[in-house]
Amino acid sequence: MLIACPYCGARDAQEFTYRGDAAPARPDPASPDAEEKFHDYVYLRDNPAGAHRELWHHSAGCRRWVEVARDTLTHAVAATRFPAEKEERS
Amino acid sequence: MRYSLFNVIVNGLTGNRFATPAWRDPEPRPSYDVIIVGGGGHGLATAYYLAKHHGVRNVAVIEKGWIGSGNAGRNTTIFRSNYLLPGNEPFYEWSVKLWEGLEQELNYNVMASQRGIVNLIHSDGQRDAYVRRGNAMRLAGADSELLDREQVRALAPFLDFDNARFPIKGGLLQARAGTARHDAVVWGYARGADQLGVDILQNCEVTGFLRDADGAVTGVETIRGTIRANKVALAVAGSSSRLASKLGLRLPIESLVLQAFVSEGVKPLVPGVITFGAGHFYISQSDKGGLVFGGDIDGYNSYAQRGNLPVIEDVLEGGMAVMPLIGRLRLLRQWAGLCDMTMDGSPIFEIGPLPGLYLNAGWNYGGFKATPASGWCFAHMIARDEPHPLIAEMRLDRFRTGHVIDEKGVGAQPNLH
Repeated sequence: MLIACPYCGARDAQEFTYRGDAAPARPDPASPDAEEKFHDYVYLRDNPAGAHRELWHHSAGCRRWVEVARDTLTHAVAATRFPAEKEERS
Repeated sequence: MRYSLFNVIVNGLTGNRFATPAWRDPEPRPSYDVIIVGGGGHGLATAYYLAKHHGVRNVAVIEKGWIGSGNAGRNTTIFRSNYLLPGNEPFYEWSVKLWEGLEQELNYNVMASQRGIVNLIHSDGQRDAYVRRGNAMRLAGADSELLDREQVRALAPFLDFDNARFPIKGGLLQARAGTARHDAVVWGYARGADQLGVDILQNCEVTGFLRDADGAVTGVETIRGTIRANKVALAVAGSSSRLASKLGLRLPIESLVLQAFVSEGVKPLVPGVITFGAGHFYISQSDKGGLVFGGDIDGYNSYAQRGNLPVIEDVLEGGMAVMPLIGRLRLLRQWAGLCDMTMDGSPIFEIGPLPGLYLNAGWNYGGFKATPASGWCFAHMIARDEPHPLIAEMRLDRFRTGHVIDEKGVGAQPNLH
């Protein structure tokens, strides 16, 4: 499986460390329902069979985090980007 | 028909002309008391114990493909109870006790063989950890024995005891652990449940759920029609999140793939199960002679039911490190199953979380050994609407309250359990 790191280009997935679903966003700890939101953030996942946005760390490369759009049924990588950026590369 | 030696001889001499199918292939009825979604070992065992011990016989087991076509047919057939934590160990020990009597219980040869499991020790720290684990096992009534290097050598002289990085210093033995024929376990429970009146509906994929005005689950939509039920129980392992999403539920589960391998058949070589936890490789030998082995899960979310090549390389490197002679064998087959990896590495039994729904999920890569006890406890939960004491800590709300059962202590990162 090749992952197109926006910085390094297409690299073997073995160079990356998998983190998981990119969707969960850290809640505001000061919000009144923070306890409930943190439970969802830490533990609950959509775990879809199909399109999935996930975080991979290019740990044996440039050491940047990469957000990968990948299909969990076919393993095909549709697009990648740095998490903070809007632009996607395919 | 009760199986016996007499029966085998008569059917053999008459060319099986009077043999009957082991279970029926019924048409779905419009409604049942209980529907169990998932015709694997856990679902069928649940149906069997519901009918046998709780008098609930108006039960259907619904399976997308053929029974045992998922993880029940893809595992490496080991049963053991060498767990550490009090939330887990008594449950798995009860499972081993059920394995010990399973053939008599089911009148079916599941080829359960208590050939023992050895976890190899390579360092003082690992020995300390295994001493603790062995003591925890004994506290729960299981057996364990600490072996020194020479005792391990007597059992498995073919291991590399002087590996430069992982010299073998000893092992933790559970002699009552063993292996069983995974398909036969499925068939045995299916036949037992069928004889007690359970309908086994194969090729009957669930496409949706029926809900009443209060949101309670009242049945399932399948490709063979709508079926109503008072109680709907899910035992679908790696597909748990997929079905839960049809109910608007999110679970603390990610699906990953675990690969398994079998070599060409050789004469009896590996006496029991040997695990090399430091490099992650484990191996046993089937009665047919093939060496059955595996290692780590593939490290990312996947529903592909096939493996990736880097992990094959990793597993075989682990194998070569601990047991160099496998380098002379040819790999015959490789396959993969979907592991429903939970956020703490331990399973989930739940009444709900919706009315009318019962959840059995999160078996990670270790569901096969749990098959009898999972069915036993899930049947109890469905019939009595209360958790069996053995699974009291395996509830879904443990993630909310912080009472996680994290054997490996790696936290909410499913690919590391």
